[in-house]
This record gives sequence, C-alpha cells and structure tokens, in this order.
Amino acid sequence: MLAILRDLLRYNREFAAGTVLTAIVVGMAVLSAFSPYPPGDIYVVAPDLPPSWDHPFGTTSQGQDTFWLLTYALRNTLLFGFSVAILSRLISLLVGMLSGYKGGATDRVLMSINDTFIVMPLFPLLVLFYFVMRDDMTWALLALVMALLGWAYDARLIRSVMMSLRTREFTRTAVFSGMRTDQIVIREHMPYVLPIVFSTTLNNINWSIGLEVTLSVLGFTDIETPTVGTMIFWANQHSALVFGTWWWVVFPTLLVTVTFIGLFLLAVSMNEYIDPRSRLSRMGGGVA
Amino acid sequence: MHGYGIYLLKRFAQFVLVVFIGISLTFFITHLTPIDPVDRMVAGMTTFGQSDPEAVEAMREALRALYGTGAPLLDQYFEYWGRMLVFDFGPSLSSFPTPVSQLIGRALPWTFGLLATCTLIAWVLGNLLGGLAGYYRNNLALKTFGVVAMGFHPIPHYIIAFLLLILFGYLWPILPISGGASQQVERGLNLPFVLSVLKHSVLPGLAIILISIGSWFMGMRALVSNIVTEDYVVYAELGGVSRRRIMRSYVMRNAIAPQVTGLAMSMSGFYNAAIIIEYVFSYPGLGRLLIAGVYAGDYGLVLGVTAISIVAVSAAVFLIDVLYPLFDPRVQLS
Repeated sequence: MLAILRDLLRYNREFAAGTVLTAIVVGMAVLSAFSPYPPGDIYVVAPDLPPSWDHPFGTTSQGQDTFWLLTYALRNTLLFGFSVAILSRLISLLVGMLSGYKGGATDRVLMSINDTFIVMPLFPLLVLFYFVMRDDMTWALLALVMALLGWAYDARLIRSVMMSLRTREFTRTAVFSGMRTDQIVIREHMPYVLPIVFSTTLNNINWSIGLEVTLSVLGFTDIETPTVGTMIFWANQHSALVFGTWWWVVFPTLLVTVTFIGLFLLAVSMNEYIDPRSRLSRMGGGVA
Repeated sequence: MHGYGIYLLKRFAQFVLVVFIGISLTFFITHLTPIDPVDRMVAGMTTFGQSDPEAVEAMREALRALYGTGAPLLDQYFEYWGRMLVFDFGPSLSSFPTPVSQLIGRALPWTFGLLATCTLIAWVLGNLLGGLAGYYRNNLALKTFGVVAMGFHPIPHYIIAFLLLILFGYLWPILPISGGASQQVERGLNLPFVLSVLKHSVLPGLAIILISIGSWFMGMRALVSNIVTEDYVVYAELGGVSRRRIMRSYVMRNAIAPQVTGLAMSMSGFYNAAIIIEYVFSYPGLGRLLIAGVYAGDYGLVLGVTAISIVAVSAAVFLIDVLYPLFDPRVQLS
C-alpha cells in the first residue's frame, strides 16, 4: 500500500498535485476544531475588515472572521460530499453488481431504471423539493435525496466491470467448487470492483458539492449552516463585491475551486492507475 | 431496417419511462411530503396584500383543483396526470393571470437555442481537438489545451459563470451581462435584433462551452490514442494512406459512436448547468423562470418548469438516440 502511494507520488504528477490541493482543503477543514469563534455567532469581530495578520482572510459584514468561518464551511461541505458519496455508492454497488452478475431480465429492468436517472434533469427536481420543503430543508435531508438520485452513472460502470468478471475463468471455477453466489461476488469480485468504486467516489463528491454550492448560492438549502455555498450566498446578500468586501467572496470561491481540482486530479490519476497499460507507459516500462 | 425499428421502439419505451418516472416523482415530492402546498401558497399570497380577494379566492380554487387535495391519493394521481398531459399548470401567481404554460412557451426557445447551439459547438470542437490531440500526441498547442481544459472541467458551473460575469461585466465591460436582447431594438426578424441576441448570448454561451468542452476533449483523446495502436490503423499507415484520410475514416469514424452516447448521457448535466448560467446572466429562458418562480413563491410555475424540463431533456436524448445509428450502423444489424 505504501509502496503504491510512493510510486504514484513519484511517477504521477496529477496524483501529486491532487494530493497537495486536497491536503490543503482537508487541513483547513480540520482547523475548524481549533476555531476561537463558534460558527453560528455573528458580530464577534469588527465587520468589513480587509485581510490582515489578525484576520488573514478579513472579516465579513456580519462580523465573522472569514478564515475561521471558512474552516467550518469547508468541513461541512466536505462532510456533505462524503455522506452523499458513501450513501450513493451503496446503491450503485448493489444495483451494478446485481445487474452485471444476474444479467437477463433483472439486468434489463435495473438498467432501464438506471438510464432513467441518468437522463433525468436533477436540478429542477431538487429545486422543486426545496420549494415544497422550504424551512424544513436540512443538510442531512438534502444529502439523502441527492444520494437517492445520484447513483446511476456509476452503477452502469460497475455493471460493465461485473459483466466481464462473470465470464472469466475463476468465476466458473468458484461456481463449480460450490461457492454461494454472495460469496463469489463479495470475495472474488469485490477486489476488482473496489478500486473503481474508489475513483467514482471522488467524482461523486465533486458532483454533489457542485450541486450543493449551486443550490446554496441561490439560497435553496439550509442557509443557516455554514457551507462554502451558503457563505457565498450571504456575501451576495450583502452585495459584497459591490460594497468592496471582495475577500468574503473570493476566498470561499478559491478554496472550493481548489477542492474541485484536487479531487478531480486524484480521480483521474486513480483511473489511470487502475488501467495497468497507462501506468506502465508512464513509468517508462512495458510495451504501450 | 427491421433492426432499426426494434431499436427505435426500445428507445421510445425508455423515453416514455423517463417521463413517467419523472412526472411521478414530481407528484410524490409535492404530495407525499408533510407540507401542504396550498397552505404554503395561501401564506405566500398574504404578502401580496393588494390583490383582489375574489381573484385570490379564484386562484385558491384553481390550486385546490390542481392539487386535488382532499381526494384519495390515487384519484389525485390520475387527475394530476390528466393535467400534465395537456401541459395545464394553472395560472401563474407571479404574473397573474397569465397561464404558466404561456410563460414557459415564451422562455423555451431561448433555452433551447442557447443550449442546443452551445452544446453542439462544444461537442464538435472538443471532439475535433481531442481527436487531433490523440493522433498527434506531441503537439505542444494541443497538449496545452488539454491541461487548460482539464483545469476548467471540474469547476462548478456557477463559479465559471460568476467569473465570466466579473471579468466581462466589471473588470473589462465589453459584453452585455444580462438579458436576452437589447430593449431598444424592435423584436422580430430584423438584423439589429438578431445581432443583439447573438451579442447577449456570448457570455452565457461561453460559460456552457467552457464547462463541457473539456470532457469531450479528454474523452476523445483517450479513445483515439487507443485506436491509433490498433492493427488496421498501423496497416493503413504502412500502406501509405494519407494521414488526413486515416484520421477521418479510420480513427474518428470509430471513436465518434461512444461520444454520441456520451452526449445523450450528459444532456441532463448540461441542462442543470444552463439553468444556473441563465440565472447568473438573467437570460430569459427556463432557468431564470424556475428560479424567479421559487423566489416569487409561484407554485404552478416551479412545477410547470420542472415537468417541462423532464419532458424536454428526455425528448432531446430520444432525438440523439434516433440519430445514433447514423454514427454506429451496427445497431441495425442486431
């Protein structure tokens, strides 16, 4: 495991850059535990101060320290992305493996439903959901709904891997030696599927954070919980750019962009690592 | 031709399924959540203060009828479908008494024109450049483009649109940042109007292109760099077939089919992007209508735009499916 990481860091520039960017963001999120100000309190510092040594990212018009608020925001945003990714991974694993292994009618029915969710425009549905829920919309509820809607793309990927695994020699050997289906799937096939699940997790985190930021910026989420999106929402509410308190908008935007690029680079390099041909060509050996 | 017929039938069934599940979802979201939409509406209406009480009562009746609250859930469900099938979403609350369907009809061409044009531009350009980048692997310009596209690709739509707005709205104000066309020109098929429409669509269009071009570029580059190592390409090269012809008829022809599927699969994502981009640039399309509807508490409008979005996106995907055999003739054989 450590050797793999070392190789990746040495031979894969995308992985190295992705690791650094993600580490910055995660590091800031961890700092939230040491924040001198509780996240919900307002007017704890003088409002509208530009960045300085005391307040590295300045202060907001609501009298919050932008840096420390942002640590909370990043923590919540990352947690949100992570919860959606974990929940939706469970569904996509279940659907993908079942569909790929069973084949036949099961496969056709599941894939019809799957394709339906790929084609469905989710954003208007989420807006409608907010419109109905209004103030009852919570962070956890949004995560749950997005997980229920956002599994389809990856289920298809997992299914295609399962379909090729099913026809391999070792699957037949396992069947003939009397292993139960669930044992075969979990013990024999899971190790091949998990790396793909891992790289789709990173992409899914990006997808859910992107939607969350978009919904929050419009004010269509629980705007009292600090996330990167709600920070930009409040900044826009106070016309931060017109008023000149640019740091209130720029720093959250910058860090969420860093998050996206970091996770994306990690996912890309992970994909490349899973495909041994491209890994070898990068390391200078092999034929490809 | 027989194979094509069966293929079409299957794709049409999928289209019907998407619309069925989508519209049913909107029903469940509005009816099974513990919040009564009509109560919400009435509460929203009190803020309108000045309205004629009779008009308010009429609207309330229309809403009760639209949601059929009180009737058994199954009856409500059928009633709901009956209205959906004729696109009857009742009157709009924020621009009473204009029917919601009329507002949507006005906004639809804007969204369709912007999204269809820019998605196609991005798709063609991304695939072309990506294909070239996969074939000429050491070209510096194409490599640089790859890095830039990869950097833009993961950034959320809102932030790209916002950056363009700041860049061309405040820092270097050369392009209009809001609206679909200038108010000063007469609407219709005349040159100043068309030019104004084009000018106003540059920034939102650029945002859509920037968001989507990277994934086509990277996808095509990966596909092509796999294909160029295939025996038939090597053979063609050794046989002295011109590089242009190899690129066009041997490489691109084989790589394009998965990209057409990709276009169908990412249609909903682009639609989501278009909504927020329209909002940022106040473009008079469905996206702005949807968000304005939420802010105004206009239930029929939000529901109507959501339903139309589902139908429109799945219809677009169906259209791509219909055209798919042009790119991949194998469909007709199976």
